Formats: sequence, structure tokens, C-alpha cells
Amino acid sequence: MSAEIGQLALILAFMLGLVQGVAPLVGAHRGDSVLMSLGRASALLQMAFVVLAFGALATAYVTMDFSVELVAKHSHSTQPLPYRFAATWGSHEGSMLLWVLILALHGGALAFFGRSLRETLQARVLAVQGLLSAAFIGFSLFTSNPFSRLSPIPLDGTELNPLLQDPGLVMHPPLLYLGYVGFSVAFAFAVAALIEGRVDAAWARWVRPWVLSAWISLTIGIALGSWWAYYELGWGGWWFWDPVENASLMPWLMGTALLHSAMVLEKRGALISWTILLSVLTFSLSMIGTFLVRSGVLTSVHAFAVDPERGAYILVFILIATGAALALYAWRAPAMRTGALFSPLSREAGITLNNLFLLAATATVFLGTFYPVFIDVLNGDKISVGPPYYNMTFVPLFIPLLVLVAFGPILNWKRDTVQAALVRLRWPIIITVAAAGIGALAFGLAKLGAALGIALGVWLVAASFMLLVRRWGLGRKGAETGRLIRTTPLAVWGVAIAHAGLGVSTIGITAITAWTASEVVTMVPGQTIEFAGRRITLDALGAATGPNYQAEQGRFRIEGQGRPFLMVSEKRFYPSSQSQTTEAGIHGEAMGNLYISVGESATPGAATVRLWWHPLVGWIWGGAMIMALGGALSLSDRRLRLAMPARKTAPAKTGEATA
Amino acid sequence: MRRLGFIIPIALFLMVAAALGLGLRRDPSILPSMLIDRPIPVFDLPGLPPSEAEGLASSDFSGKPVLLNVFASWCVACVIEHPMLLRLQAQGVTIHGLDWKDEPAAGADWLAQRGNPYTLIGSDPRGRTGIDFGVTGAPETFVIDGHGRVRYRHVGPITPEVWSGTLQPMLDRLEQET
Repeated sequence: MSAEIGQLALILAFMLGLVQGVAPLVGAHRGDSVLMSLGRASALLQMAFVVLAFGALATAYVTMDFSVELVAKHSHSTQPLPYRFAATWGSHEGSMLLWVLILALHGGALAFFGRSLRETLQARVLAVQGLLSAAFIGFSLFTSNPFSRLSPIPLDGTELNPLLQDPGLVMHPPLLYLGYVGFSVAFAFAVAALIEGRVDAAWARWVRPWVLSAWISLTIGIALGSWWAYYELGWGGWWFWDPVENASLMPWLMGTALLHSAMVLEKRGALISWTILLSVLTFSLSMIGTFLVRSGVLTSVHAFAVDPERGAYILVFILIATGAALALYAWRAPAMRTGALFSPLSREAGITLNNLFLLAATATVFLGTFYPVFIDVLNGDKISVGPPYYNMTFVPLFIPLLVLVAFGPILNWKRDTVQAALVRLRWPIIITVAAAGIGALAFGLAKLGAALGIALGVWLVAASFMLLVRRWGLGRKGAETGRLIRTTPLAVWGVAIAHAGLGVSTIGITAITAWTASEVVTMVPGQTIEFAGRRITLDALGAATGPNYQAEQGRFRIEGQGRPFLMVSEKRFYPSSQSQTTEAGIHGEAMGNLYISVGESATPGAATVRLWWHPLVGWIWGGAMIMALGGALSLSDRRLRLAMPARKTAPAKTGEATA
Repeated sequence: MRRLGFIIPIALFLMVAAALGLGLRRDPSILPSMLIDRPIPVFDLPGLPPSEAEGLASSDFSGKPVLLNVFASWCVACVIEHPMLLRLQAQGVTIHGLDWKDEPAAGADWLAQRGNPYTLIGSDPRGRTGIDFGVTGAPETFVIDGHGRVRYRHVGPITPEVWSGTLQPMLDRLEQET
């Protein structure tokens, strides 16, 4: 029964989406309050129906209803309960439904919490959200219906790809989607502002928290995906420049730019049309990312050959949504007043420069991802792009960006001087130069690049700390440091912590690139070898059985450098899908990870053991989590301010349309 | 004049969209006509460590039809494809491997860990041979007949459907030809 309930709920949600897309738009145009409130009502109802539809599919999965085609394809009776539930979004159709669910939740939240917004603005934002919703639900219903039934009913299902049966991957898609879909709010606000022809302070105050929360989810989601690849793909790579990864990196880079430009808009009333443009582009990249690359691999291209109907629908939709928004931008944005002016050296200018670097970096990734398609069109050549391309283009763009990041928050708004900024940053500069010098001496000229990479990370951390030091008045006579520490706004903490997190990640990336050590040995039980300053003993080789797999297991004892500990490394075989996964043994420490994987050996009774030492690799994801924490602090600061009476009556600060 | 700047985004977008639209209409699984039914490019590649001496050369493609599979250790889709290749090997299909744009040591590690479905392996760290073949990405698979001519190219992982629907019938037919 549940599949039919879900199907019906989804159809109703689709129709409500259409109502939500049209009624408030007309209402806002005519000044008709009834039509505008219809938008709010349909957003809330739509949310309820989509939740019902998603719940119906999840129920079918959890109760193993193999008469539903999707369940039969991605679930198996031996699959553990958490993975049966997570399999709900483990397929194309199911993940579409998850996307729709998150979109509907955002729409509902806008309808519920947005009542303090100007009525016409809220109506138009909801209308754009409604149109997006209707389009995605339509896509789900017409081309990838999750609720199709099977007849005859199979006795058991085909398992979810074992690579995906993993705690890290259970949380990965929802977090990514929270990020992608969160940017739809900025998109809706941007389009609404273009229709209205005005952007005011309230606009920026509203957009920023949505962008920030989307950015936080996306940051954690990307880190989780990278972590998963690290331990599951079996040899310790943490980023592959795979099209699917690029698809999440592009909105992140653009979203980071948007986050900063929205701040300038809110605080200074500058960068108005730039912020609007970034809002449109960030969400467009989210859509391109998720959907063109939908069916795995840059087989985005190939997915179209596989299912032209699906591909065409998506392409047309992205064309209409992005094209219409950008056309509206070309038409309406010139009429909006240019924002407040600032001198070439000011915090606004610094953030603008950082924005340009982020944009260029996004363009690099975009080109790399879609280059094969472009070149093919231009001259019919087939050219391919691998990690070497990104090392040559993306990395050189990102390094100056990292140097500049430290300047932004230390510069004054509106006007500043080079000397003053350098004086403010003198301690971080001294520390960084010292770190680079010590590094060069300690690691030698051959590792000069690594020394500079570490110094770059130190620079980011030191400059972020400097931000707090200055705020606390340390070293200034007569400053009441205690009181200043207590009154430091959460937003300042947020900036300092997020930027420091970037530095921590930089150090981790440098270390694993420069100092990874690995060794391959054939071992028999009882044998001991020396690796990375430790004694590693293979205690036993044997078989183990899990709920839906059989495993060959190697058990290791590691001694030296602290307390001895045990590690288990497995190779799993999933009979129902006839596939294998590697569950490497990983021992994480602050200074690095010991990574052991076991393979078959030609000698009976022995195993081929691969050992890696990955220095500071945990810092990469740790840094990302610190960045997310910084974002969260900043977000909670904003919530306090949003709770204050909304300044609805304040005059529009930053521009009124004359068109 | 000021208006012009605001038109740039939509203009760029339309260009990108047009390129994507055109690109997607071309079937990427079709090889450039210059290679189809033509002899494979001449190459002689070393193998992966520790057996660098046992490489792969164009002269290895004579006698019976085989598959040439392009893979790399950095390629996520190859991980998905890998079990399928192992199953094909178990069925007696000859698959040669081209470790493309990859550190030879990383490629060797990758195979040692997951099993080696390949009869012969060529290491192509700079991707030169890949360019001669017109490789657009990994994984990619070429069907090469007993006379060393390219007969078909599949882009993306080999799924059970691709195998039973396209590659297997093609190999069977070529087998009869020789």
C-alpha cells in the first residue's frame, strides 16, 4: 500500500508546487494578499505531502517490500537495517526524492519563518521555490518514478552496491543535498530581487544565514565524502579530481565567494549586482553538478546516451532556470543603483579580490570537468583531463588565494593603507617567515615546496589568531582584556576559526603530499617487520563472517611509539552482488595515520601486506570541520540579531529600481 | 555601455549551454572514424613494477580478438568496474590493461589489492598512447580483432548489460571471423 500512498502524495505535491509557483507571483504583482498567502499555504502543504512520499518509500525499504521495483533493485534481506534505510537515497530515483524532500523542507521553512519579510518579497521568493519544486517533482514523477511496482514479486532483492554500505556514505548525500538545495534559497531571493528591481539591507540579512548554513552542510558533506574515499577505496587517496567530486567542489568554491560578497552587501551596501550574480551561479552549479553528473562518472556525457529522456529533461530545465535568471539579470540589474564605493585597498576590495580568485578557481574546475565535451565540439579531438591538469592550474590559483585570505578580515572597511595592514600583520609575518626558514633548514632544499606549504598553513592560523589578539587588546596598555574576550562577538570568533581551519587543512594536504611512506611485504602469521618507526606483527590470518559478507582478515599488533595496539584489515566479499570491498585497517593519530591493507599472496598461508604512513592526513578533514565550526559560530551570532525586531521600516539602504 | 557588462553572464552561459547541447548530441561512445576498423596505433609500453619487462606493445594484438581496458588507480569508476573485469577473466575473456596517466607504483598497488584481471599491462604514465587511441577518460574499453584492428570502443564502466548486450556478441562474431 505504501507505494501507492507515496505516489499519490507526490502527485499532490507536484500540483501544489505549480500553485505555489504561480499564485503568489500574480498576487505580488497585483498586490493581492489572498493570492500571496496562498503561496505560504501551498508551501507548507507541499512540504507535508513530500514528507509523506519520502516516508512511504523509506517504509518500503525498511520493511523490504520487494514488489516495489526500486527496493528490489537496491535492497536485500540480509542487508542491515541502517543500510536498508539509507538505501532509500542510494539510487538515482531515491536520491531525487531526497533532493525534493530537502527542497520542500526549505520551502516550508521560508513560508513559516519568513513572515517578517516584506510580503511581496516573500511571495516572490516562495513562487521561485515553488517552480523549482514543481520542476524537480515533475522530473521524479515523469522520468524516474521511485514507486513503480514489479510483477511478479521477486523473492529477494539485489543488494545495494557494497561500496555504498558504509556509515560515512549514509550521511554524505543528505549533507551534500542540504548544501546544494540551501543555495536554492539564495537563488530564489536573487530572482525575486531582480523581479522587484530592488535589494535592501533586509534582503542581505535574510540571504546570508541560508547561504551560511548551506555552506556549512556542503563543507561537512565534502569532507565526509573525501574521508570515505580515503578509507574505502583502499589505498589512501583523499581527493581524485573525479567529476563527481568536482561537482561538489564547484558550488562550494562559488558558495564561499557568495558568502563573503553577501557579507559586504549586508555590512556596506556594496557589491549588489555581483552578489545577485553569484547567487544565481552558485545554485546553477549545484544543479549542473548533481544532475549532469548524476549517473556516476563524467559519464554525465554518457548517461545521456544511456537515457536520453532523463538527460534532455534535466538539460532543458537547467537551461530555462539559469537562462531565465541570467536574462533577468541582464535586463534588470543595470537599473539597480551601484552600491557604496570603496577604495582599492579596503576590506571590500580584499574580499572582491578573493572572490575573483575563487571564481577563477571554479572556472578551472569547470573547464577541467567539461573540457572533453568542449574540445570535441570545437575540433572533434578527443582530449582527456586527469589530476595533472588540476595540479598545473588549480593549485597555482589557490596558493595566492590562501596568502590573501589572511588580509581580508584585518583590513578596515572602506579605506586602508598597505603600511597599516602590514604593521597589523607583523607578528604573523614574522612567525611565517620563521616557520619557512626552520622548515627549509629541517627538511632540506629538496623539500622546500613542502616547507613553504607548511608555512602557508602557519600563516593562515597565525593571522587568524592575530584577529582575536587585536580584538582582545593584548599588548595594548590599559585594555580590559578580560572584558574584551567576553564581549568578542561570535562572528569574529567564526571568521578566525574558519580561516584557521583552512590553514590546518593546508598543512595536512602539504604533509601527505610530501611525506607519505609506503611499503609492500609478504608476511606470514607471527612475522614482525619495522615500518615508520614501529614494530608491526601479523598475529593471525583468517576468515570472518558479517551479516551479508564473508571476509578474509589480517590481525596486526603494533608496538613502539606509545601504547601497543591492535589493527584489523579486511577484504570483504558480498555473495549476493558478487563484489569485493577493501576495509583497510586504519589507526588514526594526531600526527598521522597508519594504514594497512591485506591482499592475496602467491605463497599459501602468507599475505601481501601494504603499509602506508600518511602524515597529518587527519588534519585535512579536521580543518574542514574547524571551518564548518567557524561557520556555525557565525551563524549563531546572526540568529541572535535576527531575533531582534526586524527593521522593516528602515529605508532601503542600497538601491531602488528606476526601471 | 554599462549595460554591456550585465549581458556577459548570459552570453557566456548560452555559449556553454550550446557547447554542452552539441556535445551531448554526439554519441561519445563512437570512436573518431579514423580509428574504427583501422590498425591500432603503434606503441611499446613497459609493464608495471616489479615486472616492468613484461609490457604491452601493439604487436601483442594478433591472433584472437581481445579487450583493451583503460584504467588508473585514481579513477573511482574503475573501482566499480573492477569486479566485472575479474568475472570476465574467470570466464576466459582476454583483457589487456592500459594503466593511463598513473604512477606505475600506484597502479601496481591498486591491482595487487583488488586482483589483476589483465593478461598484459602497459604503463602509460604520460598518457601518450592514450592520446593516440583517443581516450577521453577512464575507464574505457576497446574491442580489438585478431588482425590488430580497433572494432569498437566503449566509454565508461562495463556493466553486465553492456557486456551481454554489446561486447560479448561482438567478440563472438569476431571469434568466428578468425
